[in-house]
Amino acid sequence: MSLRPDLSIISKWIKPGSRVLDLGCGDGALLAHLQADRNVTGYGLEIDNNNVRQCISAGVNVIQTDLDAGLSDFYAESFDYVIMTQTLQAVNYPDKLLEEMLRVGREGIVTFPNFAHWKNRLQVAASGRMPMSHTLPNPWYSTPNIHLCTVNDFETLCRDRGIRILQRTMVNYAHRRSMGDHLLPNLLGRIALYRFARS
Amino acid sequence: MPEVIPEDSVGLVTPSSIDFQGPLPLDCGSTLTDYSITYETYGELNAARSNAVLVCHALSSHHHAAGYHSMDDRKPGWWDTCIGPGKAIDTNRFHVVCSNNIGGCHGSTGPASINPATGQPYGKTFPDIVVKDWVRSQALLADALNIDRWAAVVGGSLGGMQALQWSIDYPERVAHAAVIAAAPRLSAQNIAFNEVARHAILSDPDFHDGNYYQHNVVPERGLRLARMLGHITYLSDDSMHSKFGRELQAGSPTTGYDMEFQVESYLRYQGKKFVSEFDANTYVLMTKTLDHFDPAAAYNNDLSAALAQASAHFLVIAFTSDWRFSPARSREIVRALLDNNKEVVYGHVEANEGHDAFLMKIPYYMDIFSAYMNRVASEVEPA
Repeated sequence: MSLRPDLSIISKWIKPGSRVLDLGCGDGALLAHLQADRNVTGYGLEIDNNNVRQCISAGVNVIQTDLDAGLSDFYAESFDYVIMTQTLQAVNYPDKLLEEMLRVGREGIVTFPNFAHWKNRLQVAASGRMPMSHTLPNPWYSTPNIHLCTVNDFETLCRDRGIRILQRTMVNYAHRRSMGDHLLPNLLGRIALYRFARS
Repeated sequence: MPEVIPEDSVGLVTPSSIDFQGPLPLDCGSTLTDYSITYETYGELNAARSNAVLVCHALSSHHHAAGYHSMDDRKPGWWDTCIGPGKAIDTNRFHVVCSNNIGGCHGSTGPASINPATGQPYGKTFPDIVVKDWVRSQALLADALNIDRWAAVVGGSLGGMQALQWSIDYPERVAHAAVIAAAPRLSAQNIAFNEVARHAILSDPDFHDGNYYQHNVVPERGLRLARMLGHITYLSDDSMHSKFGRELQAGSPTTGYDMEFQVESYLRYQGKKFVSEFDANTYVLMTKTLDHFDPAAAYNNDLSAALAQASAHFLVIAFTSDWRFSPARSREIVRALLDNNKEVVYGHVEANEGHDAFLMKIPYYMDIFSAYMNRVASEVEPA
């Protein structure tokens, strides 16, 4: 099974033998890959029934829970990495969850759709309506993405909260890297991938 | 009555019994000298003897977990929804063992059995039993059956607690533990309900201080009340509403103290049925066993410390409308396992059926239970 390209990039950031907590772990593909390829141990948190079932079949330790209930079940610094892919924008308190990630883990990894991508900007400017795209497929009233942000927003929040960004990669909708993404990430990057730690 | 046995049933089954030449040491300090354990098995034990699954029963249950004893049986065993060919505990792949707990009243030695020392039924002189005693007796049963290690120990409610205790007491003998609709110990409210049930039995004039066998009576009224109360706690408000609503038994209101609502009829029926199939002393004894279950007690009330020695992989499942052992109680178990970095899967099942949900064929519950047991089976099958 081939791993989604953004997950493949993240998996290369993870040191073999680490302990990982994956928030909103989906069908468990990343954890299953990390367990098999990088000797990683850990847990996935997931709320969706169908995803939980797939995690169990994939041999992933999944805890069915709502991320908005927080991470109080976990001790401080019990993980090397706390990962959250494509979920930050869908939780009630993204800022608090980022702080929680760095309480229970030494490093955090997040990915999110960059709302300031030029195509989104163009859609708002041209039609005056909320943008919809490959990465943002739902209309405004039924989208789970209630806290969309931009690359600049995220980096500002990190600076304000004393979070140090260790690594950033931008990918396009096919999750491939391109030159422009590095020059003007907030304009040209579709999906943002960050690795960060406490300052 | 099954006109024909369903294809996904284990079919007609016969209980077995082993007489153990004691003594069985008990946590209370006394011993049972001679005792027997009644059990059923379903599915073939493989050549490596590695595919055995122990099913632990709940408070008022027994060893008859699946299939039928005869073509006249109205209903199959108590967990037939989960045990059978192609079901979550797939008898095409597993050898399932379910035993009646010591102190029970369905074949294993209990208060109604004859005490060899006196020639009379034990009655209330039957020693106090804790869950650890059940686990110890089941380990001896496993020895007798030549099963070194269970592929899984599985149970719901009190049976789930027993599975948890297995993982603590015999870590090397449990590969997986499935702890369903359970709690790490009872709350004061749980104990309170048990106390009312016991009080109903103990205050029945026919109880005769537990020696009702000699008087040829049964403390029927007490046992009935105990069961009626129990049933209220097994269901949820929602499930009672959808089962009975405010429907009247006779179609129109009656006067005086007569039974009016269908829910009353249901409870009376359940109470009456229970009297014919359960022993009052066993009910008192087993509710006490339930009240005393507290593996953390020996570890300064630290459940994480109690579970530190466990090496099993865990499946924990809870049901949203279960107010007897709510999901929050299962999360206490999960948290203690996470503290220890144990392998654990937790499933949170939306269900209206209350505590009894663990016995029901709820699609998502069946999905995750099957998915988990499928992995357990693949671990013990030759590649």
